Amino acid sequence: MIGAIRLNTPLTDREVERLKIGDRVLLNGVLYTGRDAAHKRLFDLLKEGKELPFDIRGQIIYYVGPTPAKPGQVFGSAGPTTSYRMDAYAPALIEKGLKGMIGKGMRSDAVKEAMKRFGAVYFAATGGAGALLAKRVKRAEVVAYEDLGPEAIRRLEVEDLPVIVINDVKGDDLYIEGEKRYRIG
Amino acid sequence: MREIDVKLITEKVRELCIIANTDLGEDVLQAIDRAMEKEESPLGIEILKELKENAQIAMEEKVAICQDTGFAVVFIELGQDVHLVGGSLKEAIFEGVRQGYRDGYLRKSICHPFTRANTGDNTPAIIHTEIVPGDQLKITVAPKGGGSENMSRVVMLTPSDGIDGIKRYVVERVKESGSNPCPPTIVGVGIGGTFEMAAILAKKSLLRPLGSKNEDPELDRLEFEILEEINRLGIGPQGLGGRTTSLAVHILMMPCHIASFPLAVNIQCHAQRHKEIVI
Repeated sequence: MIGAIRLNTPLTDREVERLKIGDRVLLNGVLYTGRDAAHKRLFDLLKEGKELPFDIRGQIIYYVGPTPAKPGQVFGSAGPTTSYRMDAYAPALIEKGLKGMIGKGMRSDAVKEAMKRFGAVYFAATGGAGALLAKRVKRAEVVAYEDLGPEAIRRLEVEDLPVIVINDVKGDDLYIEGEKRYRIG
Repeated sequence: MREIDVKLITEKVRELCIIANTDLGEDVLQAIDRAMEKEESPLGIEILKELKENAQIAMEEKVAICQDTGFAVVFIELGQDVHLVGGSLKEAIFEGVRQGYRDGYLRKSICHPFTRANTGDNTPAIIHTEIVPGDQLKITVAPKGGGSENMSRVVMLTPSDGIDGIKRYVVERVKESGSNPCPPTIVGVGIGGTFEMAAILAKKSLLRPLGSKNEDPELDRLEFEILEEINRLGIGPQGLGGRTTSLAVHILMMPCHIASFPLAVNIQCHAQRHKEIVI
């Protein structure tokens, strides 16, 4: 990835504020996985005023449900899943200190508003490039909800995971801007 | 009358599940090459390259192209002179799916609609059976991912909507889907039949190799016109802006009721996975 910004997690407020739509980023360090069912459980914990199973401050959640790892493989195929299904839960997590999300597809206005208000960004990874993205995962362990199988929350250590900034703290949206730029008629 | 033991069907379905999920067809790779020549967005070109590189890794390392290894959709064309022995056809197919998803390290993505509890073995499979002349059995396994399936629709248009109504609806569906179904997509369109048959036609249209012509010249022209309009939307690879929103539009059509004009749009991501075998 030419001209990419290399970032280490957890992300600081300053790093998040400097990111803008279209920036290509190589993420390094720890990420947490979570998708539909795990989000519902995290959200329910917050509603009940309980602690989350991991410290979410400064962290990034990757919306992914991987294939099982083959023998000799650290992690199975692991591209992003569509993000709108997490929109109902994301603002509450952002308010608790979540700094980034990785998925694909457009977010709701409520999520974009929360990103602006509390300082968080939304990244896209290439949907359908699961085999390629899996190679950037160097360690993986389940940290919560093992019963959910592919939907369990995993702690990943990644090296140069390629992502693109879709929504920044200013409220801009690469999906809207990109489409505008290339639309004919 | 020719006898086929259903054990053979289990074995073949197992193999087809694994191959379909790890080996992206040459027709798709060639369609991506053609798209790269036309793509104006630098980021778009980079993404198309990434998809090709991904397919290469998946094939060489025999790992899933995408983590969403899909619902196992199985098309059976059963010759009427075949006698199946050794057990139930449905169970034989389910067992093949079970073994394929286990042995191929494929994700199990099927769950109870209310509790969302995973069935654990990617069954049930969706089976479409057709009885045809002859003494052969054709099995096609077409795993279908959830992200693009969620963007699909069936609509009962009014006959007065005409061909323009079809064009408008299909283009609008792709536009509204935006980046969700992982563009570049393949758009399967089913026209006519009944409510459910339109959807089956749309799904079946996805089995046609990319780059091939529609046998019906009128539909071939319609496919071209809809594709042109879709690729003017500007959505582009992964929805980041560009020329390549869809790689192809495929249409299957059959007669419909005098009162009806059914239309189905089945959106498919670039991983147009399907493998077949004739026994």
